[in-house]
Amino acid sequence: MKQDQTGGTAVAASANEYNVVPFKTRVLPYLIVAPALIITIGILIPFAMAIYYSMTSYSFRMPTYKFTNVKNWVSALTKGGFWKALWVTVRYAFFSVLIEMLLGMGVALILNTLNNKFSRIMKVCLIFPLMIAPITATIVWQLMLNNSVGVVEHLLNLFGVYNFPWAAGTKTALLTVVLIDTWVNTSFCMLLVLAGLQSLPKSPFESAKIDGGSTWFNFVNLTLPMLKPSLYIALLFRLMAALQEYSIIFGMTKGGPGDTLMNLSLTAYQTAFQYQKFGPSLPYILVLWVIINYLAKFIVGKQRAAQRQAAGLEE
Amino acid sequence: MKKRVISTMLCAAMVMTSLAVPAMADDASGFDWKAYDGTTLNVMFNEHTYSKAVIEKIPEFEEATGIKVEYSTTPESNYFDKLNTALSSRSGNPDVFMTGAYQIWEYAPAMYLEDLDPYVNDPAKTAEDYDYDDFIPATVDSLRWDMVPGHAVGEGSLWALPMGWELNNLSYNKRIFEEKGATLPTTTDELMETAVALNEFDGSGTYGIAVRGSREWATIHPGYMSLFATWGGKDFEIEDGKLVCKLDSEEAIAMTDYWVQLIKQAGPPQWSTYTWYQASADLGAGKAAMLFDATSAAYFQNVEGGSAESGNIAWGTIPLPEGKTEDDMKANVWIWSLAMNADSKNKDAAWYFIQYFTNKEFMEWSGTEGACADTPRQSVMDGDAYKAIVGKADNYLESINILSKNATIQFTPQPYFFECTTTWAETLQDLVTSDKYASTEEAMQQLKAQLDEVVSDLEVE
Repeated sequence: MKQDQTGGTAVAASANEYNVVPFKTRVLPYLIVAPALIITIGILIPFAMAIYYSMTSYSFRMPTYKFTNVKNWVSALTKGGFWKALWVTVRYAFFSVLIEMLLGMGVALILNTLNNKFSRIMKVCLIFPLMIAPITATIVWQLMLNNSVGVVEHLLNLFGVYNFPWAAGTKTALLTVVLIDTWVNTSFCMLLVLAGLQSLPKSPFESAKIDGGSTWFNFVNLTLPMLKPSLYIALLFRLMAALQEYSIIFGMTKGGPGDTLMNLSLTAYQTAFQYQKFGPSLPYILVLWVIINYLAKFIVGKQRAAQRQAAGLEE
Repeated sequence: MKKRVISTMLCAAMVMTSLAVPAMADDASGFDWKAYDGTTLNVMFNEHTYSKAVIEKIPEFEEATGIKVEYSTTPESNYFDKLNTALSSRSGNPDVFMTGAYQIWEYAPAMYLEDLDPYVNDPAKTAEDYDYDDFIPATVDSLRWDMVPGHAVGEGSLWALPMGWELNNLSYNKRIFEEKGATLPTTTDELMETAVALNEFDGSGTYGIAVRGSREWATIHPGYMSLFATWGGKDFEIEDGKLVCKLDSEEAIAMTDYWVQLIKQAGPPQWSTYTWYQASADLGAGKAAMLFDATSAAYFQNVEGGSAESGNIAWGTIPLPEGKTEDDMKANVWIWSLAMNADSKNKDAAWYFIQYFTNKEFMEWSGTEGACADTPRQSVMDGDAYKAIVGKADNYLESINILSKNATIQFTPQPYFFECTTTWAETLQDLVTSDKYASTEEAMQQLKAQLDEVVSDLEVE
């Protein structure tokens, strides 16, 4: 700073004192971005650490570990178990989400059309399964499906079916866990679709009615296109959860019989917490993360396009 | 001057007396049950009759010691996963936990466990009447290990103290046997014949023999391992300083093939989801005619009010394969025990807890009124009260007497025990529920190759 003969430094200093931004104002921008920053750091740090540890021999039972480069990745990807786990993950997600979406949409359409006292009672009752933890539902289903004391076995006996293996059979295990998943989560799909249906504008349907459009025509050309954003939201949440499924399968069979239900989540859990090999377990989880991330981005893109289309912004 | 000398001597005597008072609080050795008054301990239990007995007496422990106990109870199928995570966090919580002998092979090398020898041998920390030598040697020896993979148990540090021990044998429902005119099988051929004959003895849902089948280590260690060892099978042997899996031996293949046929022809219809809870509950509910599992599993069902079939259950031993005699009978041993977390911040208080719940007084109560039939203390076993209560169970004590001659841990101690036995259970499930393998021999050869790879980094000597 250049000084003059009349004590310019003192003047500048006093001007700076007046120009000091108050502490609250200075800190405000940081406070505004802090939550986002914390969340980003909170998510990114564990992922960065997971990538790092996936290239180490880190084990809970050893005080030290070595950097092993891509050994864990090569080992996981070259083992048959990985591809089997991936296949189980995909099949479980595909069947459970498909059934839940179709069933949820069907029930929502019926309830929306009825719109009477019965439908109002059913809307409340059908949400009950969502209030139960999946593991609790699994334990209850395990009892109901038991061949010795289960109520389902007694019902099947009336139709001449005895000792149905359910989760104990290699051919019926997937069906059983998908059935439980459907029981727990269909109401979630139903709820989102119902909310979508109730927010649809009335005028296009009134016009179609005047023009003599059939129920099927209205469903295909009006309801479905305008409902797509809600359907994509339901698909996004259910698909992400189904790909990560752990509690129902573990509670029911621990991944068995054999490796019939060993999906990526269960394989990672078993490797990390039962065998205490943390480093080698991480490739399974990271692959799952990449798959979910890609699918989520794809569905969100589709949902936005459907939203624009429904709003008439896009053909 | 004389007065000053006397007063100095009196003062010195008073100081010495005051110093000596705390040390004499409970006994001459300096042991005091109230030494850790005010400490809070965290304890993790598996859901079991043994833990129920301890939990019932925790208020008395708190009153006697002034130590507050906070505890959690978890079902067995999730217990060890939860415990593994808690121990690996190195937070020191829980201070004390229930464990089995096999877990020691994994936990001790990972330095999760506190060596209990210094506590047992310290008169200032252990009550005079504790009497360590009163434990049945097989029980405490099974909890000692020198941490060398392949080395047998019985040497090295003491990593836990027993709550109860379980042998594995055949138990059966006398009522069903009488109604169907069946007799207790003593050979494996007779066992197959009887189990098949009793299958669906009371229509659909009832069956010949209950055994565990879930996809976990616990499926291998009870009935399967006891018959496997009696048949002459071994899991591993040491060859050229390495552990070599022996599950492809003639005996291992023959026994596994027999076991698979037994389950297919007369086992629980949903065998692959069966833990000991389901298997023993089916015997108690009158759904299964026999149970091949822990001695105590059937005992709990026989206790008055314990199940629909209480009072109808009786015990046999291990059915013998062709050419084997009673001397070849090798029951596998499981020991529920209490161990201390090496990272605990309250080690001395934790030791008080372990000591209190493994001492003679508690063991006598738990062995009689607490329904923990398989007491690890000789004095309790020899007591009239124990004999009067447990002796009422038909052939229970007689069976244990025969089984305990060769009873020991039939597995080879090594830190990959859980990975090996879970893989083993997976193969067993494949053999019973699928046509993945052309033969049992093919399955066991593939299993051997897998397990050899799992233990390949272990140096035995």
